[in-house]
Amino acid sequence: MDRRKFLKSLGAGMLGAAGTALTAGKSKAAEIVGDSGKEFKGVLVDTTRCIGCQSCEEACAVAHDLPVPDIGDESVFEQQRDTSTTQLTVVNRYEAEKGEIFVKKQCMHCGQPGCVAACLVKAMQKRVDGPVTWDTNCMGCRYCMVSCPFDIPKFEYNSWNPKIVKCDLCWERLQEGEIPACVEACPTETLLFGTRRDLVEEARRRIYREPEKYVNYIYGENEVGGTSWIYLSAVPFEQIGFKTDLGTVAYPEYSTGFLYSVPIVLILWPAFLMGLSYLTRREEEKEKKENKR
Amino acid sequence: MSAGAAPHEVKSLRDFVPFILNELKPRGKIFTPFNIISVPVMLLGAVLIAYRMIMGLGSVTNLSQDFPWGMWIGFDVMTGVAFAGGAYVLTFVVYILRVEKYHPIIRATVLNGFLAYVFYAGALVIDLGRPWHIFNPVIGNKFGLSSVLFLVAWHFLLYMTAEFIEISPAFAEWLGWKRVRKILSSLTLGAVVFGITLSTLHQSGLGALFMMAKGKIHPLWYTQFIPILFFVSSIFAGLSLVIFEGTISHKVFRDQLDDEHRTSHNDILIGLAKGCAGAMFAYFFLKILIFMHGRHWEYLHTAWGLWYLVEIIGLVLIPCYLFLRGAMYKNLTAIRIAAIMTIVGIIINRLNYSVIAFKWYIPLPAHYVPHWMEIVTTLAIVFAEIWVFRWIVNRMPILRKPPAWAAEE
Repeated sequence: MDRRKFLKSLGAGMLGAAGTALTAGKSKAAEIVGDSGKEFKGVLVDTTRCIGCQSCEEACAVAHDLPVPDIGDESVFEQQRDTSTTQLTVVNRYEAEKGEIFVKKQCMHCGQPGCVAACLVKAMQKRVDGPVTWDTNCMGCRYCMVSCPFDIPKFEYNSWNPKIVKCDLCWERLQEGEIPACVEACPTETLLFGTRRDLVEEARRRIYREPEKYVNYIYGENEVGGTSWIYLSAVPFEQIGFKTDLGTVAYPEYSTGFLYSVPIVLILWPAFLMGLSYLTRREEEKEKKENKR
Repeated sequence: MSAGAAPHEVKSLRDFVPFILNELKPRGKIFTPFNIISVPVMLLGAVLIAYRMIMGLGSVTNLSQDFPWGMWIGFDVMTGVAFAGGAYVLTFVVYILRVEKYHPIIRATVLNGFLAYVFYAGALVIDLGRPWHIFNPVIGNKFGLSSVLFLVAWHFLLYMTAEFIEISPAFAEWLGWKRVRKILSSLTLGAVVFGITLSTLHQSGLGALFMMAKGKIHPLWYTQFIPILFFVSSIFAGLSLVIFEGTISHKVFRDQLDDEHRTSHNDILIGLAKGCAGAMFAYFFLKILIFMHGRHWEYLHTAWGLWYLVEIIGLVLIPCYLFLRGAMYKNLTAIRIAAIMTIVGIIINRLNYSVIAFKWYIPLPAHYVPHWMEIVTTLAIVFAEIWVFRWIVNRMPILRKPPAWAAEE
């Protein structure tokens, strides 16, 4: 246990929540490197290449022991689908100014995830190599769902023992040196797996090489402080279902102001209250003495 | 047992068991309108809770992937805790500022606050998907130190302890434990100081929970000052509930009160009304400042703008004026109406953050509306709290004066 971790748990043990604020807000812009110094892995999605074959959906279901969808069925594109407790990734079809565009949706694996900052038991974790994963010490409060800018975590409402379900970037496969199942299954190289730094460079290269083909924007490069999944598109991103008003501030930053004020209140309030109490007691005693006279 | 209880002391376990059994017996009329309504609701609530534990949250609630928090969080926890704010405000006035005028209502207020935490924050247990893990952040099955909710959870727990210590002398008087009472009383000031500090932090902390819901809460409500707004509004939310509850208690528990208390009660209500008016004006002023800085004029002439104005003009500014007028002209009816309006305003405000203006871009019918089973469960919890409150008030020196032996010290 290093000193920082030790101090963290000491803070928690002694003052309960007071420790929170002291360790909370390490400010970091567009994060690509974790605490360990290891670079985050991610995926570049080039939506100009996607043909909507849904091989990624199938591979994802197989890799996570979920019901395998019938990918021959194109009727699913008739309406916009969201990920669910049984589908960690879905492909949607959009009618944009340059025709049909298919977009894969899954967890964006933010550099500084709101869900991880929200979790009071660290069931949501940002792993050293980039994936955001869920663990079973979760108490089911669903604050991660409230805090996710992309509404990704899904909750099993119809189970007595529910789980939070979301894409985990095939964390277990990564441990064994493999790449995520969806990337492996993609026949058109729409998906490219690598370190985030390399992916951003590759995305830039593609835009420079074919400026007419792409809009000059990499979605996820700076959104909510930077995400591990980044997207290229031929049309403005709002046309293909992306939230374009999220800003570039990492979501955990929004609560650091409050968390910083916690130790201040915790130290100043008792001192102020005790002082006030001392003063009023003296007043009271004085009055009593005067009354006796 | 009447107000002038016979002095007795529960010394051993052999005394204790029959004493408790005797105290558990019902007092007074059984078939009152309140009992006739509340008992079936509580029974139904118990059945629904059992059903929810077996079949999952989806079986009794309208929660969805888009609306992870519903009425149980938005009303039970958010609103219930705001209403419990009266306890920290009044302990500040009575134990720190030593304003003796409010002493007669301090125990009822603290008891109410304590029970509100136990029941409404306790209602969280049925809302948690995996409630058997509720103690994980306490026992260290990972400390989520960067989480506002971690802070709120710890502060709930510590504050409940502080409030229990504040109310515990009444329990000791009930059991006739003189020495224990002396020890517990000596802890009061410490518990009060600690309790006020914790309240400041977790009342605002409940608001801070929504900081990361940026983009999901309507811009008229989302601001970086949500924590401060939650804190300031908890002051008048708590005081309004004290006025409301005090008014009812005075009718229901008339036999518990002595003449002195009865006559001072109106004076107390007027004082509380002044406090409410002050806090509400400060809150209104803050709201205006935030609105000006937010520059959200364009939303004012939408339906949401109207709803926003209903909240801050209709249910903050007008009751604020009514409180002031009521206090000036000693008009208790005005004060009571103002208290009820304020209570409604707080309920709407907390529900706006958690449910109504949350994901305002999703229109009905896809927007969350509580299921009737969620409402029944909530009612059952409110009734259960009132039952326990009534049980304690009828047996312990909460509204009535402490026994003579305790007053001598």
